[in-house]
Amino acid sequence: MKKLIPVILFVFVSMYATAALGADVKLGVVFGYTGPIESLTPQMAAGAELAMKEVSDSGALLGGAKVVSVRADSTCGDSAAGSAATERIVTSDKVNAIVGGDCSGVTTAMLKNVAKPNGIVMISPSATSPSLSTVEDDGLFFRTAPSDARQGAIIADILKEMGVKEAALTYTNNDYGKGLADSIAANVKKGGGKITISAPHEDGKGDYSAEVAALAAAGGDILIVAGYADQGGKGIIQGALDTGAFDKFYLPDGMISDSLVKAIGKGLEGAIGAHPGTDSPGTAKLGEIAKAANVKSDSPFVPESYDAAALIMLAMQAAKSAESGKLKDKVMMVANAPGEKIYPGELAKGLEILAGGGDVDYVGASAVELIGPGESAGNYRQIVVKGGKITTVKYR
Amino acid sequence: MEDVVNAVVLVTNFLVVPATAYGCQLALGALGVTLVYGVLRFSNFAHGEIMAFGAMVTILVTWLLQSWGVGFGPLPTALLALPAGMAVTAGLCLLMDRWVFRFYRRSKAPPVMLLVVSVGLMFVINGLIRFVIGPADRVFTDGTRFLLTVREFKALTGLSEGLAIKTTQTLSVVVAVVLVAALFWFLERTRTGKSMRAFSDNEDLALLSGVSPEKVVAVTWLIVGALAAVAGTLYGLDKSFKPFTFLSLLLPIFAAAIVGGLGNPLGAIVGGFVVAFSEVFLTYPYRKFLAYLGPEDWRPDGLVQFLSTDYKFAVSFVILVVVLLVKPTGVFSGKSS
Repeated sequence: MKKLIPVILFVFVSMYATAALGADVKLGVVFGYTGPIESLTPQMAAGAELAMKEVSDSGALLGGAKVVSVRADSTCGDSAAGSAATERIVTSDKVNAIVGGDCSGVTTAMLKNVAKPNGIVMISPSATSPSLSTVEDDGLFFRTAPSDARQGAIIADILKEMGVKEAALTYTNNDYGKGLADSIAANVKKGGGKITISAPHEDGKGDYSAEVAALAAAGGDILIVAGYADQGGKGIIQGALDTGAFDKFYLPDGMISDSLVKAIGKGLEGAIGAHPGTDSPGTAKLGEIAKAANVKSDSPFVPESYDAAALIMLAMQAAKSAESGKLKDKVMMVANAPGEKIYPGELAKGLEILAGGGDVDYVGASAVELIGPGESAGNYRQIVVKGGKITTVKYR
Repeated sequence: MEDVVNAVVLVTNFLVVPATAYGCQLALGALGVTLVYGVLRFSNFAHGEIMAFGAMVTILVTWLLQSWGVGFGPLPTALLALPAGMAVTAGLCLLMDRWVFRFYRRSKAPPVMLLVVSVGLMFVINGLIRFVIGPADRVFTDGTRFLLTVREFKALTGLSEGLAIKTTQTLSVVVAVVLVAALFWFLERTRTGKSMRAFSDNEDLALLSGVSPEKVVAVTWLIVGALAAVAGTLYGLDKSFKPFTFLSLLLPIFAAAIVGGLGNPLGAIVGGFVVAFSEVFLTYPYRKFLAYLGPEDWRPDGLVQFLSTDYKFAVSFVILVVVLLVKPTGVFSGKSS
């Protein structure tokens, strides 16, 4: 045993030394790689890592720091598992900041249980619950996605333009679904329309005949399905089509996915929806970079993920430190005017301007403009399913 | 008069047809649980995963057949693959018994221990399924989707309410009826079936009369595996195959088996329908239904719903608790659980 002690000591010391020497910046990428939106998250993570690679390759961040991605599974649905995974990358991998989480409920839990006690900055690309606008975050939480309070207003506008008077509404029974459903109901009512029923559904079940029956009994011109594309949302649409209860659907952001269009097929033809997106030149620029790296930039929340990672790294440069406690005060500054406009692919330019003491206005892929408590003002891409493809109608 | 017909069609389309198919699928699952309880005397929590395993094998064989260009006309190809699924699942059950359950049976372990062992096996099979086919949603239905679509029905009858019947729903009912008939014939008429019932009624007496316990146990597992594969495949055909959902299916299946009386095959079938029908009928808003039946100005403003659909799964629990409180042996007097 005595002989072992020096060996153990040496191992510990050398481990500590490498940790201290490596000036690498570690960013956590916490999305639900398993769970209700597992078909979206690989692309989102790839989007965030695209920005990290761009910065690493440029060598412009904090005098040539490399940015390393540390992935952890938020599961989207299980707050305890998501918090535990985040705890692990914060305390043992020692990430500097986090891109994530994805779903609103688990993001709230991560913020309260891990990020706030440890003082770690989180920028979520996709948590959209209105309750996150008012959550106590010590200035640590931002999102490049707009609040669903805004999405509710957009949905009400689209329905009104299409002449829909009555709509049935079903939502996934969690923070995201409930928040969005309340916002839709309030906005539709304000616009003079009527929500005939607002019924929750549970994810991860096979049989949705009772839910579909209830929605059909209440009736309406269109069915709004505020759920997830890989989960109950799909079951509800399939059931509604089979029984002839509804033939027109509105798909909020969590439902717009190629896998859904493929799974449902012809029945989804003519379905409408909107998800955060913009036609700013940044989107096209991200498209070029993403294509070269084999990432699908038109998959939901990929631009937002790229922007979330980029914002963190720009804020680090502005704060001249990779520490969350310092960079948190610079996020709003780099995201908003005044300053030189920075688009995807120009992160190196932004970093150099900041290093020289200048100011940048990060526009990015999703036309980032952070308002209020640090959330996106909100640009939406309105879509329609036509010929088995998700096609853009317009941006609003 | 037309209004009354409309009301009946409405309820048939949204409640009776889906609940009947769901009830058949539950009944087949509950039959497996009840057989294991009757003969082996423990609650098999791995049953949901055995169903998923059976469905998985059927899907894999279906894909193979499809890649060979083999189809089954208007019926789903999975029906051709089903015998293979039943055989492999029965084999899995025999292996489970040989490697795990037999050890505990020989050491005369109490039923609670066997129950816990089955929970362990549940996780093992669950993991196995994820290794082989992955956690994703699989749609493997092909052939004609509908026997009768809403549009056809409306054109045919001129009613304002439609009625749709899916091929898979009809299949669920037909296959369930055939299998249950065959099972009862086997249990009532054949020598092996009679020795199974004798073993279930009184183990010691059966052993004294020369019934071979190993044979009875093996036959039980064969039947349970085959039934589970059919139940899992029908459920997967009618909805979609997602390994995760079979875990949550365990509750209604056990509710069905207990309502009917654990160990009683007839009870399991009735229990399946009781659970399926109460789930949909208690959460249905009757507003449109009443509007058809009553005079024009009687149309209710509210939804006339007993329970919100949130409580759908609570229905299974409530039935379970009520039956255990009032008649612990179940409606058809099985064994007391």
